[in-house]
Amino acid sequence: MVEATITVKHEVGLHARPAAVFAKTAQSFESDITVKNVTRDTQAVNAKSVINLFKIAVSQGHSIHMTANGSDEEDALVTLVGLIEDNFGEE
Amino acid sequence: MKRLSGIAASQGVAIGPAFVYRPEPLAFNEKIIQNPRAEINRLIEAIEAVQGMLVALEEYTQQAIGEDEAKIFEVHRMFLADPAFAEEIKVIIQQERLNAEAAVDRVSNELMAQFSAIDDEYFRQRAVDIKDIAQRLIRQLLGLEETTLASLKNPSVIIANDLTPSDTASLNRDMALGLCTEIGSNTSHTAILARSLGIPAVVGAGKLELSSGTVLIIDGQSGELVIDPDADTLAEYRTRQQARQQARSLEIAQAENPAVTLDGHQVEVVANIGSVADADYAIKMGAEGVGLLRTEFLFLQGDTLPSEDEQYQIYRAIADVFQQLPLIVRTLDVGGDKDLPSIDIAEEQNPMLGQRAIRLCLARPEIFQTQLRAILRAGHERNIKIMFPLIGSEEELQQALYQLEQAKANLRARNLPHAENPDVGMMIEVPSAAVLADVLAPHVDFFSIGTNDLAQYTLAVDRTNETVAHLADPLHPAVIRLIHQVIQAAHRHDKWVGLCGEMAGNLQAVPLLLGLGLDEFSMAAVSIPSVKALLRTLSKTETQEIAQRCLELPNLQRVREFLKNQ
Repeated sequence: MVEATITVKHEVGLHARPAAVFAKTAQSFESDITVKNVTRDTQAVNAKSVINLFKIAVSQGHSIHMTANGSDEEDALVTLVGLIEDNFGEE
Repeated sequence: MKRLSGIAASQGVAIGPAFVYRPEPLAFNEKIIQNPRAEINRLIEAIEAVQGMLVALEEYTQQAIGEDEAKIFEVHRMFLADPAFAEEIKVIIQQERLNAEAAVDRVSNELMAQFSAIDDEYFRQRAVDIKDIAQRLIRQLLGLEETTLASLKNPSVIIANDLTPSDTASLNRDMALGLCTEIGSNTSHTAILARSLGIPAVVGAGKLELSSGTVLIIDGQSGELVIDPDADTLAEYRTRQQARQQARSLEIAQAENPAVTLDGHQVEVVANIGSVADADYAIKMGAEGVGLLRTEFLFLQGDTLPSEDEQYQIYRAIADVFQQLPLIVRTLDVGGDKDLPSIDIAEEQNPMLGQRAIRLCLARPEIFQTQLRAILRAGHERNIKIMFPLIGSEEELQQALYQLEQAKANLRARNLPHAENPDVGMMIEVPSAAVLADVLAPHVDFFSIGTNDLAQYTLAVDRTNETVAHLADPLHPAVIRLIHQVIQAAHRHDKWVGLCGEMAGNLQAVPLLLGLGLDEFSMAAVSIPSVKALLRTLSKTETQEIAQRCLELPNLQRVREFLKNQ
């Protein structure tokens, strides 16, 4: 299993579009991927579900902890961290 | 004829027959089924059918209403396909052998409860989306027709408890003169939709008992609602309506410009807000900052109190929307009339006169300290001001200020960056505070008059009691005289005065308030463009005469008539 903690800089956090992009990206991997909102101290949820991502209510400035576990875990984590660091391809 | 009032949600006046939209609750029985596999297949088919519907709706909405409205259905499609929704339903069918309708109902209710408990308006609103797709899915499972506003065939004012995106998707813009809901806020779907379509709307009007066809007036600027108006009232609003339509587009175009009177006085025009979403809208409407951030939304959800960090994040996020424009954060203003799951408040005989607002905070310093620390931290290098509600005496003000110093000391000890000397103000809403304004002024940087409560307390009228609520009018000469005294006292001490009640956005009251010397007008964002436009046509010197005249009038009726004729 691999893991990472990162701060979400996107101005609306994991709202509509960023959450959708994040979940869709997570779905493209075989590994089990979880996300936990550290700032809110939530449970770790399945990152492939938009509903779950909404439940942990990630706003701008929140820090999240991700884990990936499976055959493509390295790839999955690097891609998802990159997505957030890249601000979901927005400026 | 009957007059009611709600929250002004979208500008303009609508006059027309009511269309009462009350979709029947979906009736189905909870059953134990024999063949879970067949039931799951029935569910899968229904989901596929609904997905198809949503694609069509998304395309239609994109063309008929707009890109933003259409996006809601994309979210709905994602929810429908989401493992946390569909898979959960399947598990319940499989394990508990429940029929699909009951399983959908259970899963959606759980999700709605979870979303409703989040302290962020955006995520909280997603509960409505869950409800919407769950109902659509159950209707499909039951083989029922769509019940939507598509059945609306004549131009009408739509009355509903609340409206979901599905209800309004098939709404024919030309048939909707206005929207009026019993529940909801400035950020609920109905309010947002109405503004994006430019339809007048009043939300949160309370229980509306009327039948389709009854003539109705709604004023989306004042929040007023007139059921079955008489001929005079009708004529009055017709005139208002025509003038409004022409003026509105011009006003919005100029909203960003400052409000400078004909004789060169600039007045600050700011917004009352209650969420991050409100903040964005306020900027669009030309708000020069926030005169009142209601922080109650942070406390009304969930069983636990919001932590210092959680509050800090939200205050900071809102302040950042306004950059260096002022943001006045009002400390917690709740009491026994609001059921607060996170704070244990004893039931009171008379909650409006009970342990509420600052009284509650002083009695529960742990709650107060957490909030003050969060505000101070967010105020570091940001233009955040702090305001105490319901101060009624100098002792109370001193205690609140002492608490603020305690909060600063705590942050200093923890080495956390915070605002060391933010502006501190208090609301004037208790008559004793208005009377003692000259005593209180030296201790604060500003006053903000809360005219809704000041009128209710001064006139001994319960605003929630329909039989007497109309008497709680801040245009009552007793209230006007108090406002006058407060402004005079504050100015003698070189302090400024704002007003954050509905009155600040009432176009008839604006000349009076300018004449009384009010420095800052704070109102629902939707009213800002028109108030700014009005202020630009006034001369402060001339309105001083209006104010003087009002101060001499003997009763409410005469004040109303006088202001109407200005």
